[in-house]
Amino acid sequence: MWVTIVSFCLVTFAALAALHFPELTGRVVDQANVLPPATRSALETKLADLENKSGIQLVVATVASLEDSDVETYANHLFRNWKLGEKPKNNGVLLLVAPKERKVRIEVGYGLEGVLTDALSNVIITNQIVPKFKAGDFAGGIERGVDGIIAALTTDTSDWQKKKQVRTDEQDSAFAALLPFLIVGLFLFVFWMMHRHARGRGGWGGPVFIPMGSTWGSGSSWGSGGSSWGGGGGFGGFSGGGGSSGGGGASGSW
Amino acid sequence: MKFPRRAALLAVVLMALGLAGCGYNTIPALEEQAKAKWADVQNQYQRRADLIPNLVATVQGYAKQEKDVLTSVVEARAKATSVRVDASQLTDPEKVKQFQDAQNQLSGALGRLLAVSEAYPDLKSNANFLALQSQLEGTENRIAVARRDYIDAVREYNLSLRTFPTMIWAKTVFAGNKPMAEFTATDAAQAPPQVKF
Repeated sequence: MWVTIVSFCLVTFAALAALHFPELTGRVVDQANVLPPATRSALETKLADLENKSGIQLVVATVASLEDSDVETYANHLFRNWKLGEKPKNNGVLLLVAPKERKVRIEVGYGLEGVLTDALSNVIITNQIVPKFKAGDFAGGIERGVDGIIAALTTDTSDWQKKKQVRTDEQDSAFAALLPFLIVGLFLFVFWMMHRHARGRGGWGGPVFIPMGSTWGSGSSWGSGGSSWGGGGGFGGFSGGGGSSGGGGASGSW
Repeated sequence: MKFPRRAALLAVVLMALGLAGCGYNTIPALEEQAKAKWADVQNQYQRRADLIPNLVATVQGYAKQEKDVLTSVVEARAKATSVRVDASQLTDPEKVKQFQDAQNQLSGALGRLLAVSEAYPDLKSNANFLALQSQLEGTENRIAVARRDYIDAVREYNLSLRTFPTMIWAKTVFAGNKPMAEFTATDAAQAPPQVKF
C-alpha cells in the first residue's frame, strides 16, 4: 500500500506559462527580424567576448509581439524563462526590443542592479537607443545600446574582475543531484550496521531517528539542477545559467 | 527472524521516502518561501520610501508653491513607513490590507507630485530630478515584480494547505498553519506613475 502512495506522490506537475516566448537560440534572438546577418554576428562576438571576460550574460532579443502584456512584465518573464546569468550571481542582462509595440527595455538581473542602475539604463535607452530607433535604424540603435550597456558594466572593474574564480555551479548541481542517493545510501548503511549488531542481541538497537533532508519533496530541488548545466555557454549550444531578475532596469518607447 | 527484520527495514526506508514524497516538508518550505517573498515586497516599498525625501527636496527647489501636493506626499510617506507587517502577521488579512492601503495612498500622492512637476520645465530638465524619476520608475517596477512573486508564493502555499497529498499534513501536524492573505489585484492607484520624457 505504501508503495502505491509513494509512487503516486512522487509525481510532480510543471506549471504552464501563460506567455509564449521565443527560444533562446543564441546571444541574439531576432524574432522580429530587424537585424541584418552582419550586425547579428558582430553582436554575437561582442556579447560572447563580454561573457568570457566578466561572466556576464547579456542577451539581445527582438520579439514579434508582447502578447498584450506590458514591456516590463514581458521582459521580466522572458528573463526568468531564459534564466540569464549564473545562478548564484544573477549576472544577466536582457535588452528587449518590441518593434510592433515600439517599446524597448533593459532588464537587469539581481546581481547587476548595483552596476547597471535604473538611472543608467534609462540614460542608455534615451540617449543611445531611442534616437536611432526613431530614425528607423534598429541595427544602429541596438548596437549603440549594447555598447552603452557593456561600457556601463565594465567600467566598474572591481565587481567583474573577480568573477572568474568563483564558478562552482557545476560541482554544486552535481552534488545536489547525487544528494538523494547519498542519503538513501546512508540509511541503508546505518540499517545494515544495526542489523549486524542486532544479530547478537536479537532485537532493534533502540529508537531510530530519521533525519529528513529539508529539500526533499519540495519539488524545486529535483528539477533545478538541470538549468544550471549550460551555465558557461562555452561548449557548442547556448543557454541561460539559472539567474533571475527582480525587475531592475528601465524601459522606453519611441 | 532474518526476513521480517529486512522487511521492517525496507518499510522504514519506504516510509521515510513516502513522508518526503507526500510533501511532509512541502508546507514548511512553501511557508518560508512566502515569508521571504513578503520580506522582498517590504524591502522594495522601503526603497521607494527612501527615495522620497530626495525627490521632495528636489521638487521643492523648483516648485515651492505646490505646497499641498508636497505635504501630502510627506504625510503619506510617514504613514506608509509606520505600517509594517511582520511575517507572522501575514495570516491576518486586515493587517495586510492596512499595509496595502497606506502604500496605495503614497502611490497616489506620488503620482500627483509627478503630474504637477510636468508644469515646471526647469525641474523637468534637472539632472537630479531625472535620475530620481527613473529610479522611482524602476522601484515601482520592482514593487510590481515583488508583489507578483509574493502572490504566487502565497497561492502555492495556500493551495498546499487545501490539496492532496499535503493536506494530510496540514490537517494533522501543521494544523496551526493558516492560509496567508493575498494582495488584491493591482488597482488604478497602484499602477506606476507614468513618466514621460
